[in-house]
Amino acid sequence: MSVRMTKPWQALTPEAARRLSGQLGVYELGNDAGEIVYIGFAGGRSLHGLRGEIERWAKEPPAGATRFRVEVNTAYRTRHHELVGAFRHDHGRLPVANTDIDPARVSNLSPG
Amino acid sequence: MDLTLSDEQKMIVDMVRRFVREQIVPLEDKLDPDADELPPEDLQRLSKITQDMGLYGLDTPPEYGGPDIDLVTRALISFEMSQHRAGLYAPCYGAFGGARQAQLFEATEEQKEKYLYPMLRGEKKVFFGLSEPSGGSDPARAIQTRAVRDGDEWVINGSKLWISGADRADYGLVFARTDPSKGRGGVTCFIVETNWPGFHVRRVVHTLRSSRYATELQFENLRVPHANILGEEGGGFSIANDRLTRQRIPYAGECVGVAIKAHEMAVEYAKIRETFGAPLASRQGIQWMLVENEIDIRTARWLVLEAASKADNGEPFRTESAFAKLVAAEASFRVVDRSMQIHGALGVAKDLPLERWFREMRIRRIGEGPSEVQKHVIARDILGQSLR
Repeated sequence: MSVRMTKPWQALTPEAARRLSGQLGVYELGNDAGEIVYIGFAGGRSLHGLRGEIERWAKEPPAGATRFRVEVNTAYRTRHHELVGAFRHDHGRLPVANTDIDPARVSNLSPG
Repeated sequence: MDLTLSDEQKMIVDMVRRFVREQIVPLEDKLDPDADELPPEDLQRLSKITQDMGLYGLDTPPEYGGPDIDLVTRALISFEMSQHRAGLYAPCYGAFGGARQAQLFEATEEQKEKYLYPMLRGEKKVFFGLSEPSGGSDPARAIQTRAVRDGDEWVINGSKLWISGADRADYGLVFARTDPSKGRGGVTCFIVETNWPGFHVRRVVHTLRSSRYATELQFENLRVPHANILGEEGGGFSIANDRLTRQRIPYAGECVGVAIKAHEMAVEYAKIRETFGAPLASRQGIQWMLVENEIDIRTARWLVLEAASKADNGEPFRTESAFAKLVAAEASFRVVDRSMQIHGALGVAKDLPLERWFREMRIRRIGEGPSEVQKHVIARDILGQSLR
């Protein structure tokens, strides 16, 4: 498995969200410029798993998000740590809409 | 061995039990079922409570500000503080002071000022870097990471695997081979700062466990001052052996604590859940599972306390510590498995903590020395040190 997510992007619409499964996993929201603006996970308390998370964001897209991609993963917390850590390594900051993450708790990865 | 608890031990056990039930468990109702951290404000508040209890920094020696408790009492606390969802790998979410690297207590005074005291004050985080892709159970032979001296510095190249917390640590203890011609005597422990050039955390290693996850490290011409050798050159394995053997006892005790809680849940559920017109508890098949749980818990509990008692009395306890870790991990895994079975489908759902305990208890049979290595230690004691 690649450290960075490699799943295909889809349009962030209610219709696309409804086609998703209710499984646990991680997801990224991106904008038209190709920038990742939010990294999140559908955890054990998510209603309807990934579908529920993406449906919620499709109603109120954060920071100009227009697309999403998901990865089904039961190790959703460690995978989330890894994706956020890799993003900060690449960009020197967190995704703009990830104001829910304490920077002091982010992994200092250098995935190369 | 007298297992009667003193009045002070009863008071401490009761205090920790109430702390877990009244402070920790209610918080978990709002957290993700795989969470391993609390919001900082909650952790700060809970740490203040454990400080007021006089139990903060449980594994810190009294001369460094830790509570002055014997190992039997420490084991009794471990039975209690793990009785919640995250209890196996994040007991009380670190409110009792979190994990400590025991080897740093053996540091020079200069090293203590720079590395030990900031860790004890909770200002800095430290990782332990021993295992490698080539193996973790026999590190004396498996370590391939090399350190070569260059003037007043050592240059380290190699990699480490299964290292917890390195991605958020400020420094760590890295074991590297400094003399390839020697086995155990050719391995040295270095204190390495994670912001030095050549130190890389390459990836998170995803496992069954989501708390205290592992990472893979790589060292590329990492330069470490000679002054950062911990202990003697070539003496990496002799550092703090006694302290590490002691730490294995509460580690085993945490397994027992989870087993106690899982069994308690199974007993309650068996009484209220009805199938074919009668409670599960009326079925002999279920009764025997509960009896087997009791046997496993009582055996493991006894062995953990026996090891702790021997250590407190100044007797050799390496073999007893191996028995405690072996039996506690194996027996507690069986207890959690049976308790899940009694709960049926509910047992595997994230609504209950059993599924997390099942995943994490599986790792307990491998971490801190797999069951087979503990048996090897015991066999060596039975057959003599010459056994290889």
